[in-house]
Amino acid sequence: MEVAKKQLRIATRNCGFIDPENIEDYFGVRGYEALANAITAGTPAGVIDEVKKSGIRGRGGGGFPTGTKWGFAAANQTDQKYVVCNADEGDPGAFMDRAVLEGDPHSVVEAMAICGYAIGASIGVVYIRAEYPLAIKRLVKAIEDARAYGVLGKNIMGSGFDFDIELKYGAGAFVCGEETALIRSMEGSRGEPYTKPPFPANSGYWSKPTIVNNVETFANIPAIMVKGADWFSSIGTEKSKGTKVFALAGKINNTGLIEVPMGITLKEVIFDIGGGCPGGKEFKAVQTGGPSGGALTYKDSDVPIDYDNLLAKNSMMGSGGMIVMDEDNCMVDIAKFFLDFTMDETCGKCTPCRIGSKRLYEILSKITHGQGTEADFEKLKTLAVNIKDTALCGLGQTMPNPVLSTMNTFADEYIAHVRDKKCPAGVCVDLLEIVILPEKCVGCTLCARVCPVNCISGKVKEAHVIDQAACIKCGACIEKCKFDAIVKK
Amino acid sequence: MAKIASIADLKKFQEDYKAKVAARKDKILVNVSLATCSIASGGKTVMEAIKDEANKQGINNVEFMQSGCMTYCYAEPTVVVTLPGKAPVCFGKLDEKSARELVQKYLKAGELVDNVIPENYVRVEL
Repeated sequence: MEVAKKQLRIATRNCGFIDPENIEDYFGVRGYEALANAITAGTPAGVIDEVKKSGIRGRGGGGFPTGTKWGFAAANQTDQKYVVCNADEGDPGAFMDRAVLEGDPHSVVEAMAICGYAIGASIGVVYIRAEYPLAIKRLVKAIEDARAYGVLGKNIMGSGFDFDIELKYGAGAFVCGEETALIRSMEGSRGEPYTKPPFPANSGYWSKPTIVNNVETFANIPAIMVKGADWFSSIGTEKSKGTKVFALAGKINNTGLIEVPMGITLKEVIFDIGGGCPGGKEFKAVQTGGPSGGALTYKDSDVPIDYDNLLAKNSMMGSGGMIVMDEDNCMVDIAKFFLDFTMDETCGKCTPCRIGSKRLYEILSKITHGQGTEADFEKLKTLAVNIKDTALCGLGQTMPNPVLSTMNTFADEYIAHVRDKKCPAGVCVDLLEIVILPEKCVGCTLCARVCPVNCISGKVKEAHVIDQAACIKCGACIEKCKFDAIVKK
Repeated sequence: MAKIASIADLKKFQEDYKAKVAARKDKILVNVSLATCSIASGGKTVMEAIKDEANKQGINNVEFMQSGCMTYCYAEPTVVVTLPGKAPVCFGKLDEKSARELVQKYLKAGELVDNVIPENYVRVEL
């Protein structure tokens, strides 16, 4: 069967093709050649220029130009600098970094050494979640093998350049994916962010210049160095170069890891690659950027996906989680779900995030329980905007995004919850009525027998009725009915 | 073990790898996806089943390798089989039973079984 090849794999080029536990396999696919070229024949400034020219931007979500960041750290004169790889992947439904580390750990090791050479650092640290035992095992083996073969450690390939990598384990706090909180956590303190500036590139780990890059950003670097910046910058859109890895999950047929050129449309991702929603349901929206992002809807099908277009849509690229929703998902409920997550994960240091998340959640909760008023809309918006403007770090500043973006794109659903006390998707149980359509009911009594609270009554071969006061809206009757006679309203 | 001291040493490894790949040409290569997720969905069981069944069927020119994520979450566990002189084919949604069937049909007779996963990407090779 021939299928359209919409994907282009750069960061995941070796995943599934080489044995991740065999360094010689990685050598075979021109591994460590970029590092060798840089340290034996190149200059640090040359490496930074190449990365700048490629136009690659941070793949962890923020989208800051990687080469520029490296340039800041390189410009600092000091005795010690650090290269940090952020492998604290915490977005719900995201697994891009794990896939790269488990499938091609050497590409990250090599890229960190290249970065170390470029900025003048001799120590690299990978901050990785302890929940990724196999990724840790393969990464540790990769580092040990690289040392044994002399491509990591003292005097790499006789060039006089020293670089070694150690691991730090994250204990599962979402906020530690934020670079300043990550640095605090690495230093042994509580994982709480601090105000920038100073930016880590100037003063980070132990107050030394520190580059924090995401796993996927690093995985791109060897490819850029071997194939050249011009090749890389020929892929993608004007301001977003290269490809992006997404974890496609949720209500989608082909759940999977995908890597697509920047500028691909949402339609291509959902339908050509993802194969649409299961069960013939209508595609409704996709949440990009995890709990910090927002929803793109079926109306945005033709929007080219890149950093700037997503921001313009009140979402963000994020690290690459893509959660697909169909007609059965209630957008108010989705916003509430993500707020529930951030409310749990806020570190509590700054007030807007700690208390603001709780208040946002309470208002959303009120609306989904049918107690919302139209004044709540204004309250939600004002509060959301205030949190965005005043929160300390990326977590707080982006946490209201799911609320703002769903309010913008699905205003009608919010209005239905408040004005009509109805949940159009049939999710919010307090706003639901489950009713039996008398014209379709044949009186088979199946629903009455399955009802856990015995609230369905009626005689055999006559239409049945649900006692709304007693119904707990579990939906068991809907599943049992063979005549499609029971519906949510 | 030889340390790599120059680009020439690296090139030698690249040549060795090419030779290793070339030497596989006459063999059946079975590449099993073994990332956390693939293992959780039964990748190791499938690998054992293929090894065992290949033994039973007397197919002894099989080389096994493990790799990371093959990106087809919806079809895990996945296995890529390369028969001598043929293009690699990815099979998904395998279990103990269908893995044995894969050996009996595809490895032994080149006869395709269900759940062939079409390749839907272009891979950048350095």
